[in-house]
Amino acid sequence: MTAGPDERFPRALLANLRPPGWVNPEPAGSYALVVIGAGPAGLTAARDAAALGAKVALVERSLIGGDRLNIGCVPSKAIIRTARLYAEMRDAEDFGGQVPGRIAIGFSEVMERMRRVQARISRGSSVQRSSEAGIDVYFGAARFAGPDTITVAGQSLRFKKALIATGARPLEPPTPGLAETGCLTNETVFNLTECPRRLLVMGGGPVGCELAQAFRRFGAQTVIVQTDPTFLPKEERDAAQIISDALARDGVEIHLNTDVVAVRREGADKIVDLVSDGDRISVAVDEILAGIGRAPNVEGLDLDAAGIRWDTEAGILVDDFLRTSNRLVYAAGDVCLEHKFTHTAEASARIAVANALFLGRRRFSRLTIPWCTYTDPEIAHVGLYVGEAWDRGIPVRTFTILMHDVDRAVTDGEAEGFVKIHVRQGTDRILGATIVARHAGEMINGLSLAITAGIGLRALARVIHTYPTQAEAIKLAAEAYERTRLTPFWKALSKVWLAWS
Amino acid sequence: MPEPPVESDDALLDRFQRAAFGYFLDYGNPANGLVADTSRDGAPASIAVVGFALSCYPVGVERGWMRRADAAARTLATLRFFRAAPQSDEPEATGHKGFYYHFLDMATGRRVWRCELSPIDTTLLLAGVLTAAVYFDLDTPIETEIRGCADLLYGRVDWQWARGGGITLRQGWKPKSGFLHYGWEGYSEATLLYVLGLASSAFPLSVESFEAWTKTYQWENLYDIEFLYAGPLFIHHFSHAWIDFAGIRDRFMRGKNCDYFENSRRATLVQREYARRNPHGFRGYGKDCWGLTAGDGPGAGTLKIDGRTRRYFGYVARGVPYGPDDGTIDPCAAVASLPFAPDLALSALRHFCAQYPEMVRDSRLPSGFNPSLPGAGPAGWVCDGYFGLDQGIVVLMIENHRSGLIWQLMRRSPPIAAGLRRAGFGGGWLS
Repeated sequence: MTAGPDERFPRALLANLRPPGWVNPEPAGSYALVVIGAGPAGLTAARDAAALGAKVALVERSLIGGDRLNIGCVPSKAIIRTARLYAEMRDAEDFGGQVPGRIAIGFSEVMERMRRVQARISRGSSVQRSSEAGIDVYFGAARFAGPDTITVAGQSLRFKKALIATGARPLEPPTPGLAETGCLTNETVFNLTECPRRLLVMGGGPVGCELAQAFRRFGAQTVIVQTDPTFLPKEERDAAQIISDALARDGVEIHLNTDVVAVRREGADKIVDLVSDGDRISVAVDEILAGIGRAPNVEGLDLDAAGIRWDTEAGILVDDFLRTSNRLVYAAGDVCLEHKFTHTAEASARIAVANALFLGRRRFSRLTIPWCTYTDPEIAHVGLYVGEAWDRGIPVRTFTILMHDVDRAVTDGEAEGFVKIHVRQGTDRILGATIVARHAGEMINGLSLAITAGIGLRALARVIHTYPTQAEAIKLAAEAYERTRLTPFWKALSKVWLAWS
Repeated sequence: MPEPPVESDDALLDRFQRAAFGYFLDYGNPANGLVADTSRDGAPASIAVVGFALSCYPVGVERGWMRRADAAARTLATLRFFRAAPQSDEPEATGHKGFYYHFLDMATGRRVWRCELSPIDTTLLLAGVLTAAVYFDLDTPIETEIRGCADLLYGRVDWQWARGGGITLRQGWKPKSGFLHYGWEGYSEATLLYVLGLASSAFPLSVESFEAWTKTYQWENLYDIEFLYAGPLFIHHFSHAWIDFAGIRDRFMRGKNCDYFENSRRATLVQREYARRNPHGFRGYGKDCWGLTAGDGPGAGTLKIDGRTRRYFGYVARGVPYGPDDGTIDPCAAVASLPFAPDLALSALRHFCAQYPEMVRDSRLPSGFNPSLPGAGPAGWVCDGYFGLDQGIVVLMIENHRSGLIWQLMRRSPPIAAGLRRAGFGGGWLS
């Protein structure tokens, strides 16, 4: 069961993100920057520009905060936390603990906590804060009326520069029968009021893997179906294999290399037809969750009226400076980027503001962008993959530390995973890294810093890491690099020196 | 009482090699040359096991375990079968485009289990075919026909088709659904596949195809050992059963100042080091008890042993260090490392014999045992019966260690040398 739209957001959340009875301001002259969309990119751009003294309008058709707060990272991480708790209770004996006598899963309490967390975090994104920062906030659907004008809720806003940050929405697969039977997406799954008894997840990307594991831990009989032969096909295959093992261990029924070819309803059941290598089977479930990707929100903006080029897959077409084909208009975030992450959206917004308002020449391609899939264990990556380095003609050495060799990971019973750091052969320059660990998302930040600041692996070997921590794995990898420098020649030289001294 | 004399290394190896060789006589069909995938009742033939059988017959002749005439007769029966077997896109055919289905009915030779048309297993079959073509070099009608059949079987394989329209090779094809979605990612036993494909006269793979595959390699420093990573040991054995990679290098290995033979030695060290560290706390693992590879296992399921809940698997490619690892060791994999790390492999073999005698039946090693699980003795769970691939790799790698026979034969096989050169290999015996 899902909640109706009025029940989705508690009063405190709505008060912050779309106050009831809100009256749009009267536009006064031309804005230095009009921002369309108040998700992470739009909110960051509006606040940065306003802080620098620009006259800014922020236009939002729904709720301030965008996917991150309302349907993306925040609600999913909130329920993943509870799912981890249940997994730890289940595995208590592995830690020398006692499994509680009866583990009852209260799904409504899980969702209630999620909403409390949303409300708490929404304070930072509130309309009030934006207004206090001098931003004119408009609610309504924006539409371009010309190269330097938009309309919203019957008002015209003129701008010197504009930023499109309308984000993206979940893709619904064109599977025959799916539209008729209905499916959940990451926009609607957090409205569930009861945990489905049987759930089928379409897609083995980050969203699919995270939610399949979480719902399995809440007790749903969960099936995950992935067209590719591995999960997370963009990640290193060893990382994807560990996730596959983790999902299987949780009891998720895995169908890799499998297509969903049709869906139909039989009584209360949704029947899903699967085909793998020509073999067809049917699975009966209560709910289907589509997690196959996201499509940019470009419709309804009348982009052609402003001379802005776009397409339905790539979204707004921008150059490396995030400028559109209209020199007055920039774009940032999910609506124009391949990597659809909150932190990337915010970083791109800062570039767009600098380039739009201050004649900046900052390039998006110069960013070092980490990302993380919040399964248990997590998978985090930054920089180049080995294949990408090869394509650029860069020879690579990879230094790998298994988490089972990291003391803190062993003491915490979290010894699954690894740290892989790729360096350019013959140097200590870090090209990229992948971490699979319970807290990989936290650990990857040290390596992002190293890549951004040009810190090599030798320098990391000299950084004292607190003991015992799981991040010590990074230091162990750096020390492994240092040991490779101790060639037979240097060993011989060292012996001579020690003998002489 | 005086201590019984310690069996010499050579006597020990001879005993195990002969026992493994016996598999191919015990479980083969002399009428068509097909050999069963396993010793279990009703097992179909595996074309890869047939390839190992064809390579083992010369070993049997040279070791005096088989008459040359008998070996030639078995070999010719095999090659005649594949020459005449139906090739088409029909689901019940034996092969298509010169490739063969992975598993065939032992009597009829037709596809079973709706299995895939398998380029890699066809490659292992052809490796045996080419071994026979070099070994049976007499001008007798039988041996002449063997060579003729070998030329035909190798020459008609359409390697280009097996790319499925892409650059690199696909892992298989099925009549109803077409090519499998996946290709070869990362270093694997596919080196031999590419070498044979590159050397084809009629349907050669391009050099770009091989290089595109090598771009998926991952050179890793694990446990302070640098090597071209692949988790299961068989990957470091299979191409090496036929090709002596010592001293010859392609572009990738030149860039790493290494060769694939040395790489297999390092992979052996990584396996042993993993077993010593034994991160999951399995019983038995140690410096002389290692060997994670593709092999049989206790079966899919979850059990609580020693207070820990663990998942167990059936036949699966176990690997180091990323798993899967359920505590199952394949002793054949350790023995097959003999050419690369003879001391370590011999030490492991003696350990298996001393610690787990109930696992070693008539000097033949099973495909797996798991001391962490309950069983009749300290070996715990022991694989029921034998797998042809395990017995084949044991015969060939012991022989390569003892005499280098297979390597010497295959140096004289034109497709091997030509394919290696096209792949960019040079130096060593290719000079």
